[in-house]
Amino acid sequence: MSEPDASFVRFSEVQKSYDGETLVVKNLNLDIARGEFVTMLGPSGSGKTTCLMMLAGFETATHGEIYLDGQGINNVAPHKRNIGMVFQNYALFPHMTVAENLAFPLEVRKQPKSEIDERVSKALDMVRLTGFGNRRPAQLSGGQQQRVALARALVFEPKLVLLDEPLGALDKNLREEMQYELKHIHEELGLTMVFVTHDQSEALTMSDRIAVFDDGVIQQIDSPDVLYEEPKNAFVAYFIGENNRFTGVVKELSDTECSIEIDGTDGTVVKGIPINVNGVGSKTTLSLRPERVYINPREGVTPNVLDAKVLELIYLGDHIRTRVSVAGNDEFIVKIPNSHEHSRLARGDTVKVGWASEDCRALDA
Amino acid sequence: MKVSMKQSTLAIAAAAAIGFGGIGTASAATELVIVSWGGAYTASQQKAYHEPYMEANPDVTIINDDSAAEGVAKIRAMSEAGNVTWALVDAVASSAITLCDEGLIEEIDHDAVLEPAPDGTPASEDFGDLIVSPCFIPQIVYSTTFGYREDLLSEAPTSISDVFDMEKFPGKRSLERKPINNLEWALIADGVDPDNVYDVLDTDEGIDRAFAKLDAIKDQVVWWDKGAQPTQLLADGEVVMASAYNGRLFAAIEEEDQPIAMMWDWQVFDLDGWVIPVGGPHREEVMKYLRFATDTQRLADQAKFISYGPARESSAPLVGKHAELGIEMAPHMPTNPENAKNTLLFNYEWWADRQDDLTERFNAWLAQ
Amino acid sequence: MTTADGTPLKVSLARAQRRLKFRAFYLVLPLFAFILITFFVPVFDMLFRSVENQIVPQILEKTAPLLLEWDDRDGELPPEEVFAAAKADFEKGYAEKTILKVGRRMNYEEPGFSSLFRKTARRAKNFEPPYKEAFIERDDEWGEVDTWRYLKRESGAFTISYYLAALDMSYGPSGEIGVKSDKRAIYINLFQRTLMLSLLITVLCFLLAYPISYLLATVSTKTSNLLLILVLLPFWTSLLVRTSAWIALLQQEGVINDLLVGIGLISDDGRLAMIHNATGTVIAMTHILLPFMVLPLYSVMKTIPPTYMRAAKNLGATPTKAFIRVYFPNTISGIGAGGILVFIISIGYYITPALVGGVDGTLISNFIAYHISQSLNWGLAAALGVILLGLVLVLYYFYDKVVGIDNMKLG
Repeated sequence: MSEPDASFVRFSEVQKSYDGETLVVKNLNLDIARGEFVTMLGPSGSGKTTCLMMLAGFETATHGEIYLDGQGINNVAPHKRNIGMVFQNYALFPHMTVAENLAFPLEVRKQPKSEIDERVSKALDMVRLTGFGNRRPAQLSGGQQQRVALARALVFEPKLVLLDEPLGALDKNLREEMQYELKHIHEELGLTMVFVTHDQSEALTMSDRIAVFDDGVIQQIDSPDVLYEEPKNAFVAYFIGENNRFTGVVKELSDTECSIEIDGTDGTVVKGIPINVNGVGSKTTLSLRPERVYINPREGVTPNVLDAKVLELIYLGDHIRTRVSVAGNDEFIVKIPNSHEHSRLARGDTVKVGWASEDCRALDA
Repeated sequence: MKVSMKQSTLAIAAAAAIGFGGIGTASAATELVIVSWGGAYTASQQKAYHEPYMEANPDVTIINDDSAAEGVAKIRAMSEAGNVTWALVDAVASSAITLCDEGLIEEIDHDAVLEPAPDGTPASEDFGDLIVSPCFIPQIVYSTTFGYREDLLSEAPTSISDVFDMEKFPGKRSLERKPINNLEWALIADGVDPDNVYDVLDTDEGIDRAFAKLDAIKDQVVWWDKGAQPTQLLADGEVVMASAYNGRLFAAIEEEDQPIAMMWDWQVFDLDGWVIPVGGPHREEVMKYLRFATDTQRLADQAKFISYGPARESSAPLVGKHAELGIEMAPHMPTNPENAKNTLLFNYEWWADRQDDLTERFNAWLAQ
Repeated sequence: MTTADGTPLKVSLARAQRRLKFRAFYLVLPLFAFILITFFVPVFDMLFRSVENQIVPQILEKTAPLLLEWDDRDGELPPEEVFAAAKADFEKGYAEKTILKVGRRMNYEEPGFSSLFRKTARRAKNFEPPYKEAFIERDDEWGEVDTWRYLKRESGAFTISYYLAALDMSYGPSGEIGVKSDKRAIYINLFQRTLMLSLLITVLCFLLAYPISYLLATVSTKTSNLLLILVLLPFWTSLLVRTSAWIALLQQEGVINDLLVGIGLISDDGRLAMIHNATGTVIAMTHILLPFMVLPLYSVMKTIPPTYMRAAKNLGATPTKAFIRVYFPNTISGIGAGGILVFIISIGYYITPALVGGVDGTLISNFIAYHISQSLNWGLAAALGVILLGLVLVLYYFYDKVVGIDNMKLG
């Protein structure tokens, strides 16, 4: 086993099946370091929540072992795991006041009364809800409830905190605010946190590392920037951030570059870097971020230059989202920065679009 | 205005059409709602009275309503609501007295309304003492007596004292859940001269004495409320002895072949008869029916179907065999001399005064 | 505040909303009328009947006012004018066939009035003055001061005698109020028994219904629908059939006793008495009322998210503790609703105790029914009914204080 700090939480060959026929989690191996903020990201049904539930002890692994701080916890009851958890709908106990909710984990641990009061008020201060102790959860706003749920998960000083889509029920502004708050608390307390979400921007904002789940398998686990800029397969590229896609066939292939003939065109060939291709003649998906596309590039700047027709323009303040038709793809998006050097386009204009070959990643089909 | 005229004309026309249609199908059918006790009792009335009457009067339809058990309360409720729909009601004598006091049923002149005996004796004499209220037309004499399980008792009980003798006749008993009869029996079993029973009961000590006697068997008694319960309890073997109406016992013994036998000692006679709710429908038809259904022959006929004694003296000689079983009915009649060696006639006057008070006392005693 | 045209804002608002209110009112009008006719009118009628006493002053129209003026304290019979008035009232009452009602009414107060009135009514028209002697000659009771004291006591348009009777109080001829001897006290006991048995039935229903409801709320919809049908089955069977089935099962020669004797658990002589007593009432009524507890509990439990229990466990509570501290408190609204439902229904239950209750398993409603249909003492029945209603309201009040009506959830 590796040293405890690097694998504070460890999933080792974990499999999970509910019905004995299909695997919801397929052979999962994952190490989470002490103090790390790891997000499990993926569409619903990808197995991310199941992993969290196994970690919390509400589901048992069908196969494999989960370790916490070096101890196998497969046979440890949930209430003995000492893991904090924030539930999707907070699961605040409606019949208790906020203070009682926070005191609950301390009471069941038989802490002395004075200690409980002190810790509860400290926890309330931490989530900026001083003075709200006597209210009932129903009397609080969604954001306040969220903070109470967080405080409750932290008040007994667990080694590990799990967050199951805790921000899903909040409106956009509040959600962003809470993202930063969570991040700060994480940094301040130096806690290990495992966060589950299907919202990629949330994941990008907060995480040290993101594990992208699909079909019961971690597709890629990396830091947000690596994940965004260097997706290892088409699913990750598609799921993280926005991207333009072409499907095509590999015509030429070297270690650093490849040429792809785009499907549905009469021989339009573009250049990209091979990430996940099987060789000449194989099918591939090209992935290209909208912000890496130039409109009317100066001659020689980009190796790839194609004709495009402007279909739609959406003014978004800092940039103009432009939908163009390129090589048979009517959903090709270009983000044009709203700066002086860019001339205004109009719908129906014919333009050239271009991009660098290192921005064009050839991935699995 | 015009419209409403038209509408009302239309309504009248429609009503007329329906009315004529009705006459066309069954010429002025009179529906007589007669309320009785249901079961075998109503069946005996149906055969002995209703069917021959309807045969003789094809324009009359008699509809049986089996709610006589709630008769007193319903007659009062209907009277308060001002909508009396019952034409004729079968009631026990004590209910008739109550209803008569309340002015809810009609007083009648028995000699004018009822047929005299075949020998010309006027009805009031033929019924004699059984006319216990001016509103009451007696129909049958029934008795509350005892039945016992022959197979479960080693020895046949022969006197009312045996009912209170737990040592000689162990086992549960069933008695009606009211003070009436039970208090009298308790005193007789305790050695009070039957002629003086009501004098003794008039004193508090007498009442205490009766309850003290009942105390001896209290925890072995299953109390019944409905006439069908005691014979069922006997049949199920839940009790070894039970007070019951003699007609029910007859049915259980002769018709259902249960291993039950009768013990007639100090049977209590009671009366059942007709009463006419004040303000009820079809009064004339009711009178016609009453005259028919209470004549000497009809009362004797009813005894072919159920073992209750006809209320007219002149009917007694006419009582024959059971219509289906073919057995001679006379020996099963409570009035049969063999059965009627020791009998008590229910004292209506006395109970009319005491019933509420003693029922309260009785219920308090039960609850202790 | 005013609107643009200067009318006060509040007036304008009220006007605008009046229309809506009327519309809402019309929608509930049929229900309102229905409840008025079928509920409030009978309740007020009952309240009225429990105190009204019109029979005596109405029929003894001449005697009653004189009696009210008569001073009954010196132990003397009322003056001749009272007897003369009584003669006139008797004569008129006999002709109109109303006088015996007074006798029956007074017989509730003191046994003997019924026959006294019947005896006197027939002859009153032939009485000759002095009437005092004529009355006493007809029956000695008329020479007793207490006879007249009772009549004077009940000569008013209202009476408290029904309530006193319903509360096991004695009521002397001149209105002395005391406590009835144990030999006659009955209703207080009965009220207590009714409350105790109802409470017991409620508790049993709760104990049986809670696990079932939990199961219903946690299993899959398909299974829970099936189970729910089983729970509701009693609703779809005739009450009498069910009760008769219990008789067949529980009686001494019944199925359960036979079974117990058969497997040697009890001897043939020691057969258990499970019916025609309080046990029978409790068993049969618990069975009948169980759905009334299951349904509210089930509907409340269904709304409790499973994450509550998970959260509690996650926070360190053992499963037992999590249940006690988190799950159970959240079902209290359902327990309250089901409990109050079962309790109130059983407090007024009538058919089942009448059939299987025997002596110690009958409830107060059986006596109300008795006074309605047998003794015709509707005044006493009404008084008992009002007291029962009062008890329910008092309990309801305490329930509101302790649990809170707002916390009651029926679904």
